[in-house]
Amino acid sequence: MARYETVIGVEVHAQLKTESKIFCGCSTRFGVAPNENVCPVCSGMPGVLPVLNATVVEYAAKMGLATGCTVNPISVFARKNYFYPDLPKGYQTSQFEQPICEHGHVDIVVDGTAKRIGITRIHMEEDAGKNIHSAADNASYVDLNRACVPLIEIVSEPDMRSPEEVVAYLKALRAILVYLDICDGNMEEGSFRCDANVSLRPVGQRQFGTRAEIKNINSFRHVLKAIEYEVERQADRLDDGLPVIQETRLYDATKNSTASMRGKEEAHDYRYFPDPDLVPVRLDAATLARWESELPELPEARRARFVRQYGLSDYDAEVLTAERDMAAYFEACAAAGADPKTASNWMQSELLRELNQAAIPISQTRLSAANLAGLIKLIDAGEISGKIAKQIFPELFAQGLDPAAYVRQKGLSQISDSNALESAVEAVLAANPAEVEAFRGGKTKLMGFFVGQIMKATKGQANPGLVNELLRQKLG
Amino acid sequence: MTISPDAVAKVAKLAKLRLDDAKLERFAGQMDDILAYMETLGALDTTGVEPLYSPVGHATPLRADTAAPTCTRDQILANAPATDGQFFIVPKIV
Repeated sequence: MARYETVIGVEVHAQLKTESKIFCGCSTRFGVAPNENVCPVCSGMPGVLPVLNATVVEYAAKMGLATGCTVNPISVFARKNYFYPDLPKGYQTSQFEQPICEHGHVDIVVDGTAKRIGITRIHMEEDAGKNIHSAADNASYVDLNRACVPLIEIVSEPDMRSPEEVVAYLKALRAILVYLDICDGNMEEGSFRCDANVSLRPVGQRQFGTRAEIKNINSFRHVLKAIEYEVERQADRLDDGLPVIQETRLYDATKNSTASMRGKEEAHDYRYFPDPDLVPVRLDAATLARWESELPELPEARRARFVRQYGLSDYDAEVLTAERDMAAYFEACAAAGADPKTASNWMQSELLRELNQAAIPISQTRLSAANLAGLIKLIDAGEISGKIAKQIFPELFAQGLDPAAYVRQKGLSQISDSNALESAVEAVLAANPAEVEAFRGGKTKLMGFFVGQIMKATKGQANPGLVNELLRQKLG
Repeated sequence: MTISPDAVAKVAKLAKLRLDDAKLERFAGQMDDILAYMETLGALDTTGVEPLYSPVGHATPLRADTAAPTCTRDQILANAPATDGQFFIVPKIV
């Protein structure tokens, strides 16, 4: 029996997929040499003025529209003051009192139970640069390429009660961002980052306990482990009559533990005030209506449609719609004439395995959806067996080959001609008289043995249905 | 509203300023005077008045999302306190 109830709220920072930074024209491209994408604005030189990127406003508003938020007609940028070398201005330009979006939600399903997670707010802000600390020469090296790259911060209500709910919420948010094509959702590279506020309270108590903020979680698996660890740690303290301290803790994936980074009392005194360099952002109803009409079909709607339109199970629909490109591939496959359920099975087994082994996303596969559909149609038409199809799949995947041409070229077509098969069947029966005798005497299990022998003799190319039929005729 | 020397000390710490006791006293008095002056506004009845975030009447101008370099790395690093030609170098912070 659990003594405590876990209460979790999360803050997600999503890097927006823009060409240029939020307040200047520097490129946002990842992986260039240090300080190449830097100008007087994003390096915080005196006297410069920020000019807001129109696309950032559009993307932030669209995320709000996609999550049922109110998009505010007037929103205001504020300065969040703190000192750190990767923050050249001495403040982060963010939003505080009047964020662009408020009061939204995302629906999740955990263990078959649906739940609505509230979104408190979504605001626009700039990213910080990067510090590299050198042990050798007692110095820190600052790269400002990432400074001023646009982010949206999505703050949830403290509505989650388990690590599993957090993962479901994060996956749902990430899928929406990727469907909107406003964030690439890459957790390892830091374009989708999450901080979790975790607290415990005795079961039945209304008031929230003291929370700790967990940072540095860069995969869904780590989200689960970091929160599980933190819940245990806080429960142990409460059991021992010790208080939970409000602080920021860093998750260490190699040790699977969290450690205190700094106390929050002072660090949280950011002295926000409206940024005098940026006048309020105004959005008119017509623009918002246009953006709303431009929203694509979102993951939840697509999942429901996959169940309805293609007769897939909830589970299959969920897996296939988790990634936009995966869903598009599936639909292209079905449109090319593949049986949807079979296409779903092939994608989740053979295709996913090859993609994982090649470590590439589905958008980079050389095997087109039309080719996978072609392979499935070959099986359905009895041209090749499922077994042969699985054998040739890695080659088709690696080379991006047309399955029909490949099967023809390699002579892999199934022998579906009963005359051709008949001689093979007769040869096997003639070579195994004792087994034929035993079968006729009632050992019908030997059917499998005969099928196996015929398959061997035909190098797996015999049509299994036809083999069975011929055997029954000859042995009957 | 009264600003105590302790409040000044807290703000000074956040701003990374070191002030001796005499200055804490002096600034506390000055800040008090400034706030008292601003309190005059409190006499106005602002019922039904929308908060004003900026005295500028127009909406913020927006920039189209196109990237273009404006200066070289050498120019950006020209005034760095220390650099190796690639990074800004600062005293170690962790």
